[in-house]
Amino acid sequence: MKNENIIQYIYGIADNALILGQRLSELCGHGPSLETDIALTNMALDLLGQTRSYYQYAAQLSGDGKTEDDIAFLRIERQYKNVLLVEQPNRHFGYVIARQFFYDVFHLFLLQELQHSKDEILSAIAKKAIKEVSYHQRFSSDWIKRLGDGTKESHQKIQEAVDDLWGFTDELFHMTEDDLLAFNSGIGVDLSKIKDAYYQKIKEVLEEATITPPETKWFQKGGKQGIHSEHMGYLLADLQYMQRTYPNMKW
Amino acid sequence: MSEKEIKNLEEIFEQRIARDEKIEPKDWMPEKYRKTHIRQISQHAHSEIVGMLPEGNWITRAPSLRRKVALLAKVQDEAGHGLYLYSACETLGISREELYEQLHTGKAKYSSIFNYPTITWADMGAIGWLVDGAAIINQVPLCSTSYGPYARAMIRVCKEESFHQRQGYEIMITLANGTPEQKAMAQDALNRWWWPSLMMLGPTDAESVHTEQSMKWKLKRKTNDELRQQFIDQTVPQADLIGLTIPDPDLKWNEKTGHYDFGEINWDEFWQVVKGHGPCNKERLSARVNAWENGQWVRDAAMTYAQKQEDKKLKKAI
Amino acid sequence: MKNNWPLWEVFVRSKNGLEHRHFGSLHAADAEMALENARDVYTRRNEGVSIWVVESKHITASNPENNGELFEPAQDKVYRHPTFYSLPDEVKHM
Repeated sequence: MKNENIIQYIYGIADNALILGQRLSELCGHGPSLETDIALTNMALDLLGQTRSYYQYAAQLSGDGKTEDDIAFLRIERQYKNVLLVEQPNRHFGYVIARQFFYDVFHLFLLQELQHSKDEILSAIAKKAIKEVSYHQRFSSDWIKRLGDGTKESHQKIQEAVDDLWGFTDELFHMTEDDLLAFNSGIGVDLSKIKDAYYQKIKEVLEEATITPPETKWFQKGGKQGIHSEHMGYLLADLQYMQRTYPNMKW
Repeated sequence: MSEKEIKNLEEIFEQRIARDEKIEPKDWMPEKYRKTHIRQISQHAHSEIVGMLPEGNWITRAPSLRRKVALLAKVQDEAGHGLYLYSACETLGISREELYEQLHTGKAKYSSIFNYPTITWADMGAIGWLVDGAAIINQVPLCSTSYGPYARAMIRVCKEESFHQRQGYEIMITLANGTPEQKAMAQDALNRWWWPSLMMLGPTDAESVHTEQSMKWKLKRKTNDELRQQFIDQTVPQADLIGLTIPDPDLKWNEKTGHYDFGEINWDEFWQVVKGHGPCNKERLSARVNAWENGQWVRDAAMTYAQKQEDKKLKKAI
Repeated sequence: MKNNWPLWEVFVRSKNGLEHRHFGSLHAADAEMALENARDVYTRRNEGVSIWVVESKHITASNPENNGELFEPAQDKVYRHPTFYSLPDEVKHM
């Protein structure tokens, strides 16, 4: 497998961590309680830490002097390979939790497979991240239950978020060409293998939370091909602002 | 209790503090001691959480991943510090919700420096270097203040805070050694944050109403003017070292006193900002109020859920 | 008054072999959340290997007004301390 394909494979995982980390960091200082604020920031820090490990490795593979920051800040929108789910905005706390939960469950299954990668560095990153993400999943599952089985208002709000974000879950399992190449060379994960377990886990938690899983069979896709939602441009405008306004400087 | 008995208790109380004994929550204390502590500790806590906002403004736009995680961790620490301080305050018999209420209605104050806008990345450097620098000067003596829970919270705060100022200064060094644009950005930030940082150490001693009593209770170990002088003396060489100019034409070293002389502070501006007319007072307060109000349904949900789980457990037990 | 999250006290064991020590307090709706919050608030810098949380209202504290009768009687029981007993100089450790 060529380095360029491995790099693309890494983007497919790491961009999710970057964009979700970015979304979570928007909330710092605005959480529903100080304790929750601190918890959400911890998750953002975990995700951004993972992002750095992946990008540093990708930069090294590229062998052209690129840095983690070039990768994070200087690609055009179409070159970001994150799924649509993670770029969805923080409409309210219910959306934050539902988005997190849908991603965490996937993320943990993914890492549990990725730790067996033939690529030692990816395997090491995955092993370290598993501990962090296990906690994320515990945190978001607990909150799904609290909101779902809380008050009438919270139930309605989290149900709304689950309904709206459900349509983005299927894309998590799409295999891009780079995903296939990575899987076939023992580096990447076969996403179809974790799909059933994913929906089973999701449904278990939703059921406990008295939330009804949506019936919809129509799913959104595009992020993995770099075709994003309208939200993405604004997110990148923030993310890239400094690097775009002041090119080629050290910070 | 008779007036004489109270007088007697007060005397014993003051002697304990003079002997450097700590006062703990359940100990008898004069009402004024309790009130003053609630005011100061909560003001301090409010400053931490309002202080998250100007820096939070740059988390999503930080120029590198390294800077982003460092800034995020720093702002998160401020939430933690707010939390430690609210907890210390709660030991005096007031709830966090009541304290928030005081903040949200404008009854309680917070450090007025957070009412200035953060308009460039260099402001993250200037705040860390100057604002945290001034805060540390204020806070270190509080680690040995008389009220136990406050002193313990401050020890934790100071331990964690030590990276904040370094982070800020490192940002400034990088900018000062960078391109002309970056250096100009750093100088501009210093120009805008210098005077508010001096004001942050409080009104001059002549104007300060709480100093004498606060000294006695070790809520203050040095006067505002002494602290300000200490801050200037330590900061000027740091600016020199990185080639930035303090925006004060009257600033000069005084051989005789062994301190820097400095120019007139615009106290009129200070009082205007304290009274709510700073550039960002409204935004800061409404950000806090919104976070709290928009979080109400979340907090309610968690309580209702907890209650339901508790009921389920009870039913099972029967 | 709205139904606010109650206060919890947090105790952290910083490493095995040491006792849990009171670290501070926080608000949480239930025990599970209190544990998670304690982890996020009080062990961000690797401060702990074990956490206890207890709702503050369940702690019974002695009253400082009774300190005289509670603690002063122990002050003159010097015979409870090894230094009360004299040893010949030849015995170096006991």
